[in-house]
Amino acid sequence: MIEIKDIYKTFGENDVLKGITADFKPGKNNLIIGSSGSGKTTLLKCIVGLHEPTKGKVLYDNENFTELHFEGRVPIRKHIGMLFQNSALFDSMTVEENIVFPLNLFTEMSKSEKRDRANFCLERVNLKNTNKLYPSELSGGMKKRVGIARAISMQPKYLFVDEPNSGLDPKTSILIDDLISEITEEFKTTTVIVTHDMNSVMGIGDHILFLYNGEKWWEGSNHEIAHTDNKELNSFVFASKFMRAAREKL
Amino acid sequence: MFYSLGRYILLLRLSFRKPEKFSVYWAEIMREMVAQGIGSLGIIAIISLFIGAVATVQTAFQLISDFIPKTVVGSITRDSTILEFSPTISSLVLAGRIGSSIASQIGTMRVTEQIDALEIMGVNAPGYLISPKVITGVTMVPLLVIISVSLGLLGGYIACAASQDVSTADYISGVTGGFNPVIVTVCAVKAVAFGFIITSICAYQGFYTSGGSLEVGQAATRGVVYSCVMILFADLIISRILL
Repeated sequence: MIEIKDIYKTFGENDVLKGITADFKPGKNNLIIGSSGSGKTTLLKCIVGLHEPTKGKVLYDNENFTELHFEGRVPIRKHIGMLFQNSALFDSMTVEENIVFPLNLFTEMSKSEKRDRANFCLERVNLKNTNKLYPSELSGGMKKRVGIARAISMQPKYLFVDEPNSGLDPKTSILIDDLISEITEEFKTTTVIVTHDMNSVMGIGDHILFLYNGEKWWEGSNHEIAHTDNKELNSFVFASKFMRAAREKL
Repeated sequence: MFYSLGRYILLLRLSFRKPEKFSVYWAEIMREMVAQGIGSLGIIAIISLFIGAVATVQTAFQLISDFIPKTVVGSITRDSTILEFSPTISSLVLAGRIGSSIASQIGTMRVTEQIDALEIMGVNAPGYLISPKVITGVTMVPLLVIISVSLGLLGGYIACAASQDVSTADYISGVTGGFNPVIVTVCAVKAVAFGFIITSICAYQGFYTSGGSLEVGQAATRGVVYSCVMILFADLIISRILL
């Protein structure tokens, strides 16, 4: 389980996060939603240690990640997988090399074991026979899937996903959402997803954290979100005519 | 300035932490050696041949007289090639070729979140990205400078053979006579120092890039300009101390 306690983050004079506290449970899709500039990506970066919180702490299974230095964080980081907004695949490496990269550095697996693991991960994300391709030869959706394959190669306990649907068509978006959801259930990962895609919110949002101006404004599930009377959340979720019409039918 | 200097030193300290796995770093060093070393051979060969030839022709033009032995042309060409032309001009060219490549490669990795991906995995990103490049710089630049010296002297020989201002026998006699080994030491020290300057400064510029493709280009330009200035500054310091 991941717990964040009273997280503040300030850039110069700008208070981006203002005392956010939440728990993210294993085997659940935990979504962080909010409009652009609400602080959701900053919160994600504070959780994974790419930003240091100005105040507050992040606990991974009761271990205080925030107070650890680089070496102390490595054992926790070996259990973290992350899919970036633009996939962040290593350009100079093939798909297979991308997936086995963390295995090369942190395991003593043989070449054939690593190849088997890469094939397993690629099959899991429905990408066969792409081992020798370079990221530049892949479509946006394929890059996301390779990103997921790389993220799960070390069998992570914690999976972080930043804007999984950005730049994807609606059909591919749903495929990626379903894949993340299946992996969360199958590997019992604590999955934290930053998104503002309403299909993701309604489709896979087991636990949703709504940020507004750097504060936690609402917390609940996708079933509860349709019936909330929170004004800011309503104006965010039901901004489109389609979503308002869908809500009336619920 | 002091902020940048401090950040540069801290980055270098991070770069030389104990590697997660030596074999992975070794493979990266080998890859860099091919890219930096073999990849730069062509341009180094061309400029060295011409530098040696031009140095010989110009020295001959200035020093040919009845009072000066013609072998002087060979010895001046040798000394100036070993002491200055090969290490400094080769390094300035390498700053453009290797330095811009390092800064833009690391800068692109920064803006496309590839460095963040390394950090999330628990990899020491400065160590993995920068130390192989710096190690390669301090080993391959001296090797390229040795090749440059050899080809520079060959260029001088070809110029003598082609122009007949100085006979090739006089040139060889000048090149081989009155040799002071300290100039080779100075050349080697310069080459190692310049290799370190090029790779570390350009890696620093790339590592702290933020923004997009425009900023990556600016980082590469800054890396090359700062490297060139620091090469010339280090050239003066090393020459003053060792000669």
